[in-house]
Amino acid sequence: MPLLLIILLPLLGSLMPLLGSNHKRNTCALLTALAPALALVILLTQAGSVLDGEVLRFSLPWVPALHLDLALRLDGLSLLFTLLILGIGLLIILYTRFYLSPEDSMPRFYAFLMLFMTAMLGIVMADNLILLWVFWELTSLTSFLLIGFWYTQTNARRGARASLTVTALGGLALLAGLLLIGDIVGSYDMQVVLDSREIIQYDSRYVPAVLLVLLGAFTKSAQFPFQFWLPQAMAAPTPVSAFLHSATMVKAGVFLLARLHPALAGTDLWLYLVGLTGLTTLIYGAYFAIIRYDIKSILAFSTVSHLGLITMLFGFDSRLAVVAGVFHILNHALFKASLFMVAGIVDHECGTRDIRKLKGLWRYMPVTTLLATLGCASMAGVPLLNGFLSKEMMLAETLDTQLLGGLSWLIPALATLGSVLSVTYALRFVRNIFFDGPPREVAKTPHEPPWLMRAPVILMISLCVLIGLFPAITVTSLIYAAADAALMASPPELHLAIWHGFNLPLLMSAIALVGGVIVYLLRQHLFNFQRQFAGIDPLSVYEGFMQAIVKAFQWGLDALENGSLQRYMLWLVIAVLALAGSSLMEVSSLYGGKALQPLDGILIIGAGITIFAGLATACLHRRRLISILMLSIVGLMTSLIFARFSAPDLALTQLAVEVVTMILLMLALFFLPQRTPKESNGRRVVRDILVCTGFGGIIASLNYAVLTRPVSSISDFFLENSVPGGGGHNVVNVILVDFRGFDTLGEITVLCIAGIGIYKLLNRLRLFMPSSDFEGRPWSPDRHPMILATVSQSLMPIALLVSVFIFLRGHNAPGGGFIAGLVTAVVLILLYITRGVEWTQQRLDFQFQPVAVVGVGIATLTGLGSWLFGYPFLTSSFGHFHIPLVGDVELATALFFDLGVYLTVIGATLMILANLGKITTPHRPTTQSTTQKESS
Amino acid sequence: MEALYATITGVLAACGLFLALRGRTFPVVVGLTLLSYSVNLFLFSTGGLNTAAAPVIDDHGGQYTDPLPQALVLTAIVIGFAMTAFSVILAIRVRGELGSDDVHAGRANESRENKS
Repeated sequence: MPLLLIILLPLLGSLMPLLGSNHKRNTCALLTALAPALALVILLTQAGSVLDGEVLRFSLPWVPALHLDLALRLDGLSLLFTLLILGIGLLIILYTRFYLSPEDSMPRFYAFLMLFMTAMLGIVMADNLILLWVFWELTSLTSFLLIGFWYTQTNARRGARASLTVTALGGLALLAGLLLIGDIVGSYDMQVVLDSREIIQYDSRYVPAVLLVLLGAFTKSAQFPFQFWLPQAMAAPTPVSAFLHSATMVKAGVFLLARLHPALAGTDLWLYLVGLTGLTTLIYGAYFAIIRYDIKSILAFSTVSHLGLITMLFGFDSRLAVVAGVFHILNHALFKASLFMVAGIVDHECGTRDIRKLKGLWRYMPVTTLLATLGCASMAGVPLLNGFLSKEMMLAETLDTQLLGGLSWLIPALATLGSVLSVTYALRFVRNIFFDGPPREVAKTPHEPPWLMRAPVILMISLCVLIGLFPAITVTSLIYAAADAALMASPPELHLAIWHGFNLPLLMSAIALVGGVIVYLLRQHLFNFQRQFAGIDPLSVYEGFMQAIVKAFQWGLDALENGSLQRYMLWLVIAVLALAGSSLMEVSSLYGGKALQPLDGILIIGAGITIFAGLATACLHRRRLISILMLSIVGLMTSLIFARFSAPDLALTQLAVEVVTMILLMLALFFLPQRTPKESNGRRVVRDILVCTGFGGIIASLNYAVLTRPVSSISDFFLENSVPGGGGHNVVNVILVDFRGFDTLGEITVLCIAGIGIYKLLNRLRLFMPSSDFEGRPWSPDRHPMILATVSQSLMPIALLVSVFIFLRGHNAPGGGFIAGLVTAVVLILLYITRGVEWTQQRLDFQFQPVAVVGVGIATLTGLGSWLFGYPFLTSSFGHFHIPLVGDVELATALFFDLGVYLTVIGATLMILANLGKITTPHRPTTQSTTQKESS
Repeated sequence: MEALYATITGVLAACGLFLALRGRTFPVVVGLTLLSYSVNLFLFSTGGLNTAAAPVIDDHGGQYTDPLPQALVLTAIVIGFAMTAFSVILAIRVRGELGSDDVHAGRANESRENKS
């Protein structure tokens, strides 16, 4: 539980700064510091047992199906990192209080910082591979927010984008790698993975897994060739840089190397890849740190270089190298965080970060000068400071490695070269900023920053000195515990001391110091040399690459998305054709082996009519009225097809819908042009016909393939349980109102929504209403034909009676709510047609919207009603009743549900048609409307 | 007979698609209706084409066709009607607002307009 609190507190802490405001800066900072301070206290209470070698673990199941547990662990390695994150994090909070200007939103900054801190803590404490990855990606996202904090600046946005692209892509690679590892081991539990070294390394998937994991680690830790995002991220506020470069973000990569070291390290692949990448980055970063002018950029490249050093150490096949790596993580965090804070102070006081403009600041800020000098000395590896200790351990390790066989001497030589360069840039940083004559071109007179802004630097530099002077009593146990966890074995006996006697590493250190000074004095030649390569830089390569991607996709978008709806649909259809067609090609024969049924004359005639009408609908589409008449034939034939093949319910529904659809389309045609002008050119028609023929062919083939294959479905259940379970003999209806009642409820809701949507669409719509048809003939003067009115009036009660009959018998014989509702709707529409809207409106004095809504309501209430009796939603029950004259009737609660369906269908249908018809009434043209034309 | 049935669905689908690819709203609506007929017929046929086997349980027992596709198609027909109605009213509204029944009517002023 304490482990969970360590993570949860900063997470809750991300809300705390929002309680403060920009005006109360002290309150805001204090509120923010509260949670991490508490977490640090909790951590310290746990530290004792961890230093004794215990591994604290905590686990809560989270998403078991993904093997994702909220599993946390606190071992030596986690302890080192959590101490760094929380400790330096607190100092950053203090520093930020003085760093941010009043225009910057302090609560926002603190909230992002706390989120970032939570994510980092999650990485170092995760005890589950997937969980580790989740936090890993969270750091990418939150660091994006932090780097882009000054989002109005182009540089900040670009830097944030570059870091997100690189680290998030690396994160995806890491996920793939971790999944592979989890698959090999069979568990995502960290302990199990760390104990499965043999299983992992002898598996054939080891190589891809390692490559992917390393891709994740290298992108995060800015290893060559992914280093370019880190200097770019310098656009962030300095506290962010200080935090990102010391205890967090870039350290996540090396943390991962240390964490998975027991499981993955030791193979040749690891040795070469990690060791040599680290070495390359070490020298690359150091070189660029010398030639940069922006002081933050100098520090950024030095971070790249030091990360290379740590990575290289984790690559070496030696236990002491791992100890040195862990030790250097701590040392680097301390001096780099303080140096960044110094850079922030200089920037703050002088208004520039250009090292060419800064000079002789020691006169104005002597204390800061002292702190910077000590920090840089530690960075350069000057004796009596902590940086010296780990650097010398590193040099000693390079001597022992046999990485390159006979050429192994190259490694210590190159490492010494790296050290020489690091002395140079450290010297340049101190001398050019703080000494080297009087200052010039400085916008304002610098002075010492507020005492509290300097306090974090003082604290960390003191730690650097203390560790440097008394390593044995200050950090040995912590380093030992961390190395223990990174090795999963006892590390070799650790003798941290300043003096080991005259030996080769000491000589190398001396060479580095002397060489560094010499290179510094000759630096002008280096700058001249570098000028030849102006313009070649990995960042521009990256930018160019991104531009190319954007351009390629823009081209693709322009080609595909040209604004033509037809073309979109065509592409969609072609894609479907390709997919369905290719799968059809895999079938050996379209004919599935089922015995074919014989043809008879009626079938052939029916099919002929249907096909003819379908083709006519398409071919005559420019004469719209004829086209929809043909469409109605197709609809009627479809209804007959349903009737022929044992689907009486479908036939009835189709018939009723057909009537309603035709009235609707006729009415719609009244408001639209009666004819379609000829627009498509021949090429386009040919293209469309080809695609459509292909489409039809594929559909027909699929249908044939389905029809000639034996059917096996779940319907036996419905057939068996319809009478005993649902109390109805009409299985289709029982499915609708009982077995799949929930689907039907959704469906009538959609119907109701469509009706309301149409009602709103027609609201206050002014339309052009032609007074004649397209040939100029006026509408018939006979508005309400006498014969139709008379016949329909006598038909109406019978029709209503029929609809009630159909509704009641629906559960046991073809019929039901849908059909009955449609029949009733047709009757009412007939009334509108024969008598006109005004006449009908006076007699049917109610709105149809409530009818539909009440219908959905009844259906829902029926479903809810079963809850009253303790049954699940929409459970139905039924019983037999004797109704006089009608006889024995089986009534089910599903009947109420069906009543809801019935009302919804009536309401929705009339909402659509009556409202459309009503548009014609307010200012009707002098002659008649289409409705009369149709009925006459 | 199966081949004949499949031909019907195929022809209706092809005609429906052809109409849906036209440039005016009304044929598009008609095309969608035609397509929905085709789809309904297809869906219905997945239960097999059986004659005189309506899934209404009687006391004699006997052969029943698959009721499940029928239930699906029944609701599909009604929803199909709602969809047709919605799209045709949309077309009317577009005509009322923009004075045109071209499917691109609303985009006439866009610079990227480049009809295929």
